[in-house]
Amino acid sequence: MSGARLIVIGASAGAVQALLALLPSLPASFPLPMLVVVHVPSDRDNVLVPLLQAKCRLLVKEAEDKEPILGGVIYFAPSDYHLLVEAEGTLALSTDEQVNYSRPSIDVLFESAADAYGAGVVGVVMTGANHDGAAGLKAVLDAGGVAIIQDRTEAYATAMPDAALEACPTAFTMTLDSIASYLSSLGAA
Amino acid sequence: MSEIEDLEIQLLLEALYQRYHYDFRHYARASIKRRLTQARSQLGFPSISAMQDRVLHDPAMLPRLLGFLTVQVSEMFRDPSYFRALREKVVPHLRTYPSLKVWIAGCSTGEEVYSLAILFREEGLYDRTIFYATDINPEALAAAEAGVYALDRIRKFTENHQKSGGRSSLSDYYTAAYGRAVFDKSLRNRVVFSDHSLVTDAVFAEMHLISCRNVMIYFDRPLQDRAIGLFRESLTRKGFLGLGSKESLRFSAHAAAFSEFAAEEKIYQRREP
Repeated sequence: MSGARLIVIGASAGAVQALLALLPSLPASFPLPMLVVVHVPSDRDNVLVPLLQAKCRLLVKEAEDKEPILGGVIYFAPSDYHLLVEAEGTLALSTDEQVNYSRPSIDVLFESAADAYGAGVVGVVMTGANHDGAAGLKAVLDAGGVAIIQDRTEAYATAMPDAALEACPTAFTMTLDSIASYLSSLGAA
Repeated sequence: MSEIEDLEIQLLLEALYQRYHYDFRHYARASIKRRLTQARSQLGFPSISAMQDRVLHDPAMLPRLLGFLTVQVSEMFRDPSYFRALREKVVPHLRTYPSLKVWIAGCSTGEEVYSLAILFREEGLYDRTIFYATDINPEALAAAEAGVYALDRIRKFTENHQKSGGRSSLSDYYTAAYGRAVFDKSLRNRVVFSDHSLVTDAVFAEMHLISCRNVMIYFDRPLQDRAIGLFRESLTRKGFLGLGSKESLRFSAHAAAFSEFAAEEKIYQRREP
């Protein structure tokens, strides 16, 4: 039995291919909520949401402020806003300063998720060419959650997985296929 | 550990309210916690409680803490499509009034004040309008009134202004010197800068347009309802309310009092009573 209640995912350079390989594999019955931060240029709409909605069996949407977090929904941070998790199970947005030169920032999402959901968080850091996500994944581990890093050998950009592994040496390193089956198994438990 | 910190945060917010009447008790917790932990580490305190001790006994500490708690990042003509919608859809309605009042609630360092002043000037409405620019942070208000911005931000401001349907060149409105851009005094001779809190203060005038963007995302639901209630009371019949691009009245207790005027751009209109 798994105690997972919330999945958070961060990806940057190479994110589109990685998410297309991961999210469509999840079954329609997948019961957990999933929050995703992808770094996209700030003045562009997040084109990933309609793209992934067309390929996924789960509802994919852009996160709205004060929205309740529901199982089986994949929420994307809107471009140019940080996405945070509130303890009562709602989403919050912020236009605070960039963190790691990014808004949305993976660290901001992961740290607030770890704070709100504690050991119930599964954090996944994927391909990317910066260091965002490393501190956030450590916060997930410190709160008793599960930390997963995409195997660098198949990552489009390795800086982000490498930084995460340096901050979290005990994290699991997995290929996208393994991440997909691991997440699916969480749903089956 | 985290539970103790949550308690410390609650006590600090209560202390700020009791001692200085700044009320952050109903701000959305996740981002205020992030700001306070940032303040704690950057100001060099071992704990939130230590920071509380200092701010209670040393009023000079208050502005520094407010700087962390109220900082909001803005730019001129942020979300150009919002300003384009104001220009193309709202201005034709505003033109029918002989005099106008506009409230920029939570104006921070003034970027949106100058954006609206320029837009109103370009549309020929500036001289019949009074703008109220309010915020709770005195330092932000002073910066707004000064209208001085770093020159390296101007490129983005100019680009946004053009995308918003700007009818002039942004450079007509500022003087560049020593790495800074100083906006023209004539843009604020009809602006009243004033201290006002959406948390504790009341309605103060009847408005034709209220722009309050990316302010209420920092509030919890009950406080959002209070602020929207203030806007509802302040607006003239068929007055307009503009929100941030990811905000909506969908979850508000006052949703029924407004109709969607430009849904994509989050511009609402007060219904007839």
